[in-house]
Amino acid sequence: MIEINKLTKRYGQIEAVKNISFAVHEGEILGFLGPNGAGKSTTMNIITGYLPATEGSVKVAGFDILEEPEEVKKRIGFMPEQPPVFKDMTVWEYLRFVSDLKYVPKNKQKSQLDDIMELCGITDHRNRLINNLSKGYKQRVGLAQSLIGNPQVLILDEPTVGLDPRQIIEIRNLIKSLGKNHTIILSSHILPEVQAICERVVIINKGEIAAIDTPENLSKGLNRAAKLTATIAGPQNQVSKLINDIYGVKYSDVLSKPGKDTVTYVIEADKDIDIRRPLFFAMAKAGYPIIELKSMDMTLEDIFLKVITVEEEVH
Amino acid sequence: MWAVYRKELNSYFHSPIAYVLIGFFVLLTAIFFYPYVMALYGDFTPVLSTMGFILLFIVPILTMRILAEDRKNGTEVLLLTSPTSLPKIILGKFFAAYTVFFVMTAITFVFPIILSFYGGPITPQVVGAYFGFLLLGAAFIAFGVFSSSLTENQIIAAVIGFVGLLIMWLADALAPVVGGFLGKVLGWLSLLTRYNDFYNGILGLGPVVYYLSFTGVFIFLTVRVIERRRWSQG
Repeated sequence: MIEINKLTKRYGQIEAVKNISFAVHEGEILGFLGPNGAGKSTTMNIITGYLPATEGSVKVAGFDILEEPEEVKKRIGFMPEQPPVFKDMTVWEYLRFVSDLKYVPKNKQKSQLDDIMELCGITDHRNRLINNLSKGYKQRVGLAQSLIGNPQVLILDEPTVGLDPRQIIEIRNLIKSLGKNHTIILSSHILPEVQAICERVVIINKGEIAAIDTPENLSKGLNRAAKLTATIAGPQNQVSKLINDIYGVKYSDVLSKPGKDTVTYVIEADKDIDIRRPLFFAMAKAGYPIIELKSMDMTLEDIFLKVITVEEEVH
Repeated sequence: MWAVYRKELNSYFHSPIAYVLIGFFVLLTAIFFYPYVMALYGDFTPVLSTMGFILLFIVPILTMRILAEDRKNGTEVLLLTSPTSLPKIILGKFFAAYTVFFVMTAITFVFPIILSFYGGPITPQVVGAYFGFLLLGAAFIAFGVFSSSLTENQIIAAVIGFVGLLIMWLADALAPVVGGFLGKVLGWLSLLTRYNDFYNGILGLGPVVYYLSFTGVFIFLTVRVIERRRWSQG
């Protein structure tokens, strides 16, 4: 649906986006992840035709953004980071204006806008001046605007910024349901959000793609070792020795000492070996009770930091 | 294009800008109307000539927000990523500003009508001068729209618009002083010379073409400025 090929964007001397390529399939929700200034918004602005690329090409539904911009723009609904709303208009006036701008036929506008407002939960606010709406509602109006004309592709730049937790969940569910019949690119720096919504993730750092895969594969691929934390009551030197004797343990260290004779250890084992059972029996045999045992699964957050720090070391 | 036109026109008339500017313009016309017409000449065209000068101040205020505001509020993204093309957007905005100008000019037509009750009928000269005034307004507004595309600060846009128009207004006087090639260029830019023809009662094709192409060139330049900015920066 969307093909991005060797895309580069320079602002004078600065390369905001460096030679990135990826494709988004029809009906997919792709997460675009990266720290501030990584080039997320720039890439999105290029896909939507707001900014031209310095090099490379973007194709949406087979149309090149530079050669046939109007064909591409017809197929894209864009929600920029800052909702592009006119503050001196009411919600209804604004959405009507955008409908005209997107050439939605007059006789279809009313029913379409009614549906969209219902979907975004702004029906009750239709006659209010946008200037008087809260940030969350402006955000919803911005989202509603992108849905007008029923575009095949939705580009959402940080759609949940500035919303309260309940609204975030609502909007996420909305995006998920939209994903059934739209192709969506969504940028975010909130990792659980991407994990919850997206089928595939592109991690971008300093203008380059650092990783691209499903959230599950990303955590598998980078999770080279299983990590545990264990709080055990008993003398530290003996317990440490017992831990290191267990088959599969690669490394252990003291994390903290929460009590007088209890110590919390970090234990790293080989990826395919579950050491929790041998650990329990070893400690039980020696008479040192395990107070707490937790496995440290790698979250997308860890992966993200890892990918980005690896990048840093390379540079 | 008409979507943008309607939206801009609404925002002029939903805010006090249009009313204040129209009121101010009509008031000034009335103030000049009295001494010129009642006391001195009994002819309306000199008033229009003076109103051309007043327009130098009014137009930059009328057009200052027209593009600068979109850039500042981030609504430029919406317009530029919509399937409506950029020239159509600019034309929609231009015509909206022009409509406000047309309304204020139309209201001042009351004065020649009042005059016609007491003096003679409305002369072709007055009609010609009005025609010229409408063309002059188009050129001014095109330049105002252009200056609004240069910056995201409305005040700066207004100042650029005003200074630019003032230079073109004074070009006739400046041209001989500067001399040489620059003087010639200033001569081309002189909005006043052509305007004088109209209110002297000369209706030639030359000035009409001049004003229309002036308008066209600045609308074209506005499109170019926005395109160029997208290519060079964010």
